[in-house]
Amino acid sequence: MDSLDRRIINTMQGDFPLVERPFKEVATELETSENELITRLRCMLDDGVLTRFGPLYNAEKMGGALSLCAMCVPAERFDEVVEQVNALPQVAHNYQRDHAMNMWFVLATETDTELQETLTTIREKTSLDVFDFPKLEEFYVGLNLQV
Amino acid sequence: MIDRSHKDELDRRIVLATQNGLPLDTQPYHWIAKELDITSEIVMQRMQVMLDDGRIRRIGVVPNHYRLGYTANGMSVWDIADDEIKAIGKKVGELDIVSHCYQRPRHLPDWPYNMFAMVHGSSRQEVIDKVAGIANMLEDKVRSYDILFSTRILKKTGLRLSGD
Repeated sequence: MDSLDRRIINTMQGDFPLVERPFKEVATELETSENELITRLRCMLDDGVLTRFGPLYNAEKMGGALSLCAMCVPAERFDEVVEQVNALPQVAHNYQRDHAMNMWFVLATETDTELQETLTTIREKTSLDVFDFPKLEEFYVGLNLQV
Repeated sequence: MIDRSHKDELDRRIVLATQNGLPLDTQPYHWIAKELDITSEIVMQRMQVMLDDGRIRRIGVVPNHYRLGYTANGMSVWDIADDEIKAIGKKVGELDIVSHCYQRPRHLPDWPYNMFAMVHGSSRQEVIDKVAGIANMLEDKVRSYDILFSTRILKKTGLRLSGD
């Protein structure tokens, strides 16, 4: 990762312009070319430095349902359960964490009913309990990582 | 005039077409528009409306924080009195070192914590120190707390709508 990659990451975490040639506009700001910017983005996405590029939707405001869920998965079944849980398209993120509740994932569904059904599906498929932690109040969401 | 239900349907199609990301093309909105058989002006206009009303949080890149050196990602969890959590949550959410801060339900007896705050750093020790700093700041408002470190990303995708 060189200085241009860093500047791309630092300046492009929001405010991507809604104009006909948005990369051109951002490229000018970064003092590079439109093609170079697109190439850099493609490389960083392929390489996994970036996980996404595009609009980030707020599930609840879209009328959807969202919940953080956790499971206590026995170590010997961990890989198997990862596969069962990740296979569901409703599972957005999934992290392993060092706690008795060692698997934490976010379910994003279009309706609350679908959310409850997905919880039931996971309980049935894995024969394990799922704790759900729906958001009751949001105090702050924002992250601007600088490199 | 475009009526309300037509707009909802239009927005839904735009979300479906962009939820995996924007195309890396010199004219990304034009490309989406072509796919949806509408004009790029309408795509940009509807996305602006969704940005303004919060349905789109932002448009840009999402870095993999592990790859950027933020290798320690601690989910700090706190047991705060219910009648104080609004004030405390706001205070903690305003800290620079905290990215997300939410009130979530307890699951007693397994889980006494009702406030979740994500703290990022370049090492576990840095995150532990930052979280200890928060605990000091909150003094006796904290009944107990813990930090759960992530050890592996198992899956990371954006919001998905099924394309029925």
